[in-house]
Amino acid sequence: MDAFIGGLSLIFDPYVLMVMVGAAAFGLVVGSIPGLTATMATALLIPVTFFMDPVPAIAAIVTTVATAIFAGDIPGALLRIPGTPASAAYCDEAFAMTRKGKAQLALGVGLTTSIIGGLIGAVVLMMATSALAEFAFKFSSYEYFWLACLGLSSAVVVSSGSTLKGFVSLLIGLFIATIGIDLISGHPRFTFGSTEMLSGVSFIPAMIGMFAISEVLRFVAAKNNSRPKVPVQSLTNLFKGVGGVLFKYKFNVFRGSSIGAVTGVLPGAGADIAAWVSYGVSKRTSKEKEKYGTGHVEGLVDAGSANNAGLAGAWVPALVFGIPGDSVTAIAIGVLYMKGMNPGPMIFQENPQLLNAVFIAFFVANLLLLPLGYLAIRLSSQLLKIPSRMLMPAILIFCLVGSFAITNSVFGVVIMLAMGVLAYIMEENGFPIAPTILGIVLGAMLEEMFLSSMIKADGELLAFFSRPISATLGVLTILIWLIPLIKMLRKKVAKPQLQ
Amino acid sequence: MKSFKKIIRTTAGIVAATTLLAAVTAPAMAEYPERPITLIVPWGAGGGTDATGRIIGSLLQKELGKPVNVVNRTGGGGVVGHSAIANAKPDGYTIGVATVETGMMHWAGLTDLTYEKYTPIALYNTDPAGVIVRADSEWKDAGEVINAAKASPGKHKASGTGQGGIWHLALAGMLNKSGLEQSAVPWVPSKGSAGGLQELVAEGVDVVTCSIVEASGLLSAGKVKAIGVMSSERLAAFPDVPTLQEVGGPEWEMASWRGIVAPAGLPKAETDVLSAAMNKVWHSDDFKKFMDGRGFGMTYKAGDDFKSWMKKSDESLGVVMKAVGLAK
Repeated sequence: MDAFIGGLSLIFDPYVLMVMVGAAAFGLVVGSIPGLTATMATALLIPVTFFMDPVPAIAAIVTTVATAIFAGDIPGALLRIPGTPASAAYCDEAFAMTRKGKAQLALGVGLTTSIIGGLIGAVVLMMATSALAEFAFKFSSYEYFWLACLGLSSAVVVSSGSTLKGFVSLLIGLFIATIGIDLISGHPRFTFGSTEMLSGVSFIPAMIGMFAISEVLRFVAAKNNSRPKVPVQSLTNLFKGVGGVLFKYKFNVFRGSSIGAVTGVLPGAGADIAAWVSYGVSKRTSKEKEKYGTGHVEGLVDAGSANNAGLAGAWVPALVFGIPGDSVTAIAIGVLYMKGMNPGPMIFQENPQLLNAVFIAFFVANLLLLPLGYLAIRLSSQLLKIPSRMLMPAILIFCLVGSFAITNSVFGVVIMLAMGVLAYIMEENGFPIAPTILGIVLGAMLEEMFLSSMIKADGELLAFFSRPISATLGVLTILIWLIPLIKMLRKKVAKPQLQ
Repeated sequence: MKSFKKIIRTTAGIVAATTLLAAVTAPAMAEYPERPITLIVPWGAGGGTDATGRIIGSLLQKELGKPVNVVNRTGGGGVVGHSAIANAKPDGYTIGVATVETGMMHWAGLTDLTYEKYTPIALYNTDPAGVIVRADSEWKDAGEVINAAKASPGKHKASGTGQGGIWHLALAGMLNKSGLEQSAVPWVPSKGSAGGLQELVAEGVDVVTCSIVEASGLLSAGKVKAIGVMSSERLAAFPDVPTLQEVGGPEWEMASWRGIVAPAGLPKAETDVLSAAMNKVWHSDDFKKFMDGRGFGMTYKAGDDFKSWMKKSDESLGVVMKAVGLAK
């Protein structure tokens, strides 16, 4: 309880609140501009958080992401272009409502379900982390090895598009993770005699490059950069009719939030996947399936609350195990390390106040969303008019400054640019970049945990199944590995029947 | 001709004026510092070295009356930042924090840099290695750990940092001085002391060597206990923890340390200004409050004392690293 009150006093500090309001405004702008994702907003925020204390830095990230994910609904509903991938699942639905003249209701429902989903997600985060922390103390290198495997595997299985391309993307990430001094033997690898390369590919410049530079490149390469016209509709009375919708679909709000929070906890699956899953469940179980896709509000309720709930869920594995739940928390883990708050069960002993401050930040951020989100919807037609030719150079400058600030050397800038080009080439050819990111984050952990387990067990491979939790995780991981094989076998069995 | 005279006169005037001006400003020139000072921290933002570097930066700024900018130059296991300090111009405008790794990197063959490339200003912190075990462990002191290692070599595993890190050398030296092989207690590399302590609590390893402060969170949670410290005297902050010698262990000391240094060849005037300022900073209430709050051990050695400290640390690290086979 002391820690909770300590956390409260950390957040309700005028400076921290000011930072949060600023971050919320930033998140709303970035989220509502198509092409700029919540992850990119976080990446761009790092150079600013670099000079802050841990609490405002983390609060800024939490707030930016929560607001950006909601703001992604705005262009989704008005232009049929999702502002962030998390709004893609129900973008068509929301736009169909706009065409029926119900833009106001679509956005009003989007805003309120986002807030409710975010709050439920925050409650889940608080409960789950405290419950898991004590459990996590039982985790040694064997268990961490399986957790890393699990995270990497689900990144491939869950990632959108082809499993093969996801796997290739993962291997690229794993390769990048091997660069630098190897922790176990102390030997330099792939450094080509350069001192700068000894510490490996610095993760934050890599993230900034992959998420922001690739978007700048895409803008430059695109031929047609004109923006579609925003439909003129009254957006003044946003909350009219929202109460009725929420009451009618109160079960959906709860279900969407739960699905979102649980999906968020899974490593590699973030808010966007939470929205897809929840929209799918909603459609399958609805009494009015035929109305989906024609501007029906029910799916919006489910998915709108799911993506915001997923955000908080993703922080659970990040805080307890140091394994990111999505690409935003992957960056957040980097920031935590930078601030000397190493994620893991120890954080609960060493920094209980700070941890509570993170939880409270989630509540405050979602409450801030109410007035600021309303304002953003009112200003949306202006926001959507910001020309890319002004926006993109500004982003480029942010990227350069940010990647330089991390190590105070040009090397960070080089990494950032190289990774940006890599991400652009990959995405243009249909390779998802999320597995690469997870490979970079978890690759080092995977190798380190494997080798240190081997040292402990004197080279006995079965040691990975010698402890109860480790054995359970191991079996689970192997089952996930078998999924693509089973699918393949099924196809083979099904084919002869067709002929 | 007239104009030529005029030129001469003007030139003479300018020369005279400049000389006069120079004469007036000459003492001002000697008033070091006259512009901002850069303080290089060779480790990442947020860590212990960064935290102490930043507080010293802000306190030095107060003493010297000029901004002291803290710059993190990370990478290469500390090589990048330590080299940046040594290679800077010795004019007093670039100083930095040197850490115990100064005496390890060159033995490991990562760089040619040694403590001799620095002008020592002041040592401000030392944290001796501790011997940490699980709270329910049957071991009550470090002597019992050594005896257990003698009785069944290779059975008990230890952790606390990466391969060849300072806390690895702490254990290696302890084994070496007890006449044990390194394989008696195999080292399980971990990501810093936090990773090692997690392994300890999860029953992955049996003993962790790291500074006691780093384990303080788990100590107060009752998950681990500190049973020994590798220094000549008990620590003021942990008076119940005996030294190795007290329990029949070997005569072995190992501590991580941090100090302010400048590039070699810094003129005496600048050295004196910086030393006097550091002396005041270290003795200030603000600094003491910060160091006590974070649990950093406070030690002060200036000038030549600091230099001989670095020399001793360098030599004893060399002995261990050779014994363990980590020296190139």
